[in-house]
Amino acid sequence: MSRTTLVEAPDEVTAVVPVVPRRQRPARRWRRVVSPVVLVLGWELAARTGLLAAEKLPAPSDVLATGARLSRDGTLGIHLLDSLTRAGAGLLIGGLLALVLGTVAGLLRLGDDLVDPPVQMARMLPHLGLVPLLIIWVGIGESLKISLVALGAFFPIYFNTYAGIRDIDERLVEAARTCGLGQAARLRHVVLPGALPSLFLGLRLAIGAAWLSLVVGEQVNAQTGIGFLMMEAREFSQTDVVVLGLLVYALLGLISDSALRVLERRMLTWRRGLRAT
Amino acid sequence: MASRTAGHLNGAEPVLTAHAVRRAFGPTVVLAGVDLTIARGEVVALLGGSGSGKSTLLRILAGLDGEASGTSVVHGTAAVVFQEHRLLPWKRVAENVGLGLSGADGPGRIRRALAEVGLAERDRAWPAELSGGQAQRVAVARALVREPDLLLLDEPFGALDALTRLRMQILLRRLRAEHGFAALLVTHDVEEALLLADRILLLDDCRIAAELPVDLAPTRTPDDPAFGALRRHLLDRLGVPTT
Repeated sequence: MSRTTLVEAPDEVTAVVPVVPRRQRPARRWRRVVSPVVLVLGWELAARTGLLAAEKLPAPSDVLATGARLSRDGTLGIHLLDSLTRAGAGLLIGGLLALVLGTVAGLLRLGDDLVDPPVQMARMLPHLGLVPLLIIWVGIGESLKISLVALGAFFPIYFNTYAGIRDIDERLVEAARTCGLGQAARLRHVVLPGALPSLFLGLRLAIGAAWLSLVVGEQVNAQTGIGFLMMEAREFSQTDVVVLGLLVYALLGLISDSALRVLERRMLTWRRGLRAT
Repeated sequence: MASRTAGHLNGAEPVLTAHAVRRAFGPTVVLAGVDLTIARGEVVALLGGSGSGKSTLLRILAGLDGEASGTSVVHGTAAVVFQEHRLLPWKRVAENVGLGLSGADGPGRIRRALAEVGLAERDRAWPAELSGGQAQRVAVARALVREPDLLLLDEPFGALDALTRLRMQILLRRLRAEHGFAALLVTHDVEEALLLADRILLLDDCRIAAELPVDLAPTRTPDDPAFGALRRHLLDRLGVPTT
């Protein structure tokens, strides 16, 4: 999931540049649809003709049919809700912690000296590699899944909060001071809005990391969730359910990312003014 | 070292008094004891070459430099216009002008301040949508709306093109005639100093090296022979050959 955000980010940057490519855009958009459609059609065809064994990779239409069946009998809904709850709880815990620590480290020199070094050290640990240790610490229940998600979400939000605060133009803070703004008012009118673009970037990366952590976490002794659904299906060789689970994970990433982008566009209107000129 | 002040001649109470202002960056002394008094309603230009410490002095007077020594007191309110407009990009023009503004009739005062700089129609614009000159005019409005007794101007038109700069100088003269604020204008532009100031201070070698009253007709133009003489004199003091 984090791959999609990384790949999509440059798109926004190129959108700033000239007006010329805009005219070609409708034609290009259709051209970009061609290869995915051909791939899916080829996959369907290969599965139908028996070129692909159904137990290795079922046809996309079969996967969709399975999806329809599982959502009708409510199975998919239950597991989806559990996965969403875990992701939400983890994001909230890890995100809030990161926001507080990132703000402390970004604003205060003392905070920077005390908080930043350990966080920088911990960043080097691949958080998914901590699963064995986390199992010893918190067991194999819900807390393991939530801890993993929280860990995954913590780092992108911490670093982007920190960088967002540090990147604020000191001269703007100074100008606000000459306008008679006190410390609290400067935080509200200068620091917070100035760091907001970075915060959004951090949140987007964190959501990507959260889904990734969930995929790993739900494969450890889960009784519910999309990951559990997939692991169970693997034992019964229900490849269609496995592929369906992957599809759901992908959709969750896509939907959360687009929702965040809409929110970003709403809240950062002033940046559109920046682009227009 | 100490600069005499025209303020006492007018018998007016000064709006700014600074005494023995010193500032060093590590071993490099930038200001070695500067005394400065500005009378109410007086416009003083601070001239100096680049690196002479004139912006440093202004920042100290604006209370933005905590590491300077000496005393600096503003009797009344001060507002600052910087070389860059320094508008908050995430606030619309009107919100920028009204930043930190307290008291009654905020919106009305903001509207009037914007009208005075000729930008009444742009109150809903984002700073990024303005031209350089417009943004600087908003910065002037942001200072004016506070009705300051003293306006501190740090090369306010330095980043503008020549034509816009001329218009801004005319605007500033008009605003000054209407509001009667005192001002300290930091600049390296001799003509600008002569057009706008009642008194010119030359900052050189870490202190105020010369003081020069500008006794020109109220409608000043560079075509005036007296203007030319003063200009040559100042350029000479700044070490620029004029022949």
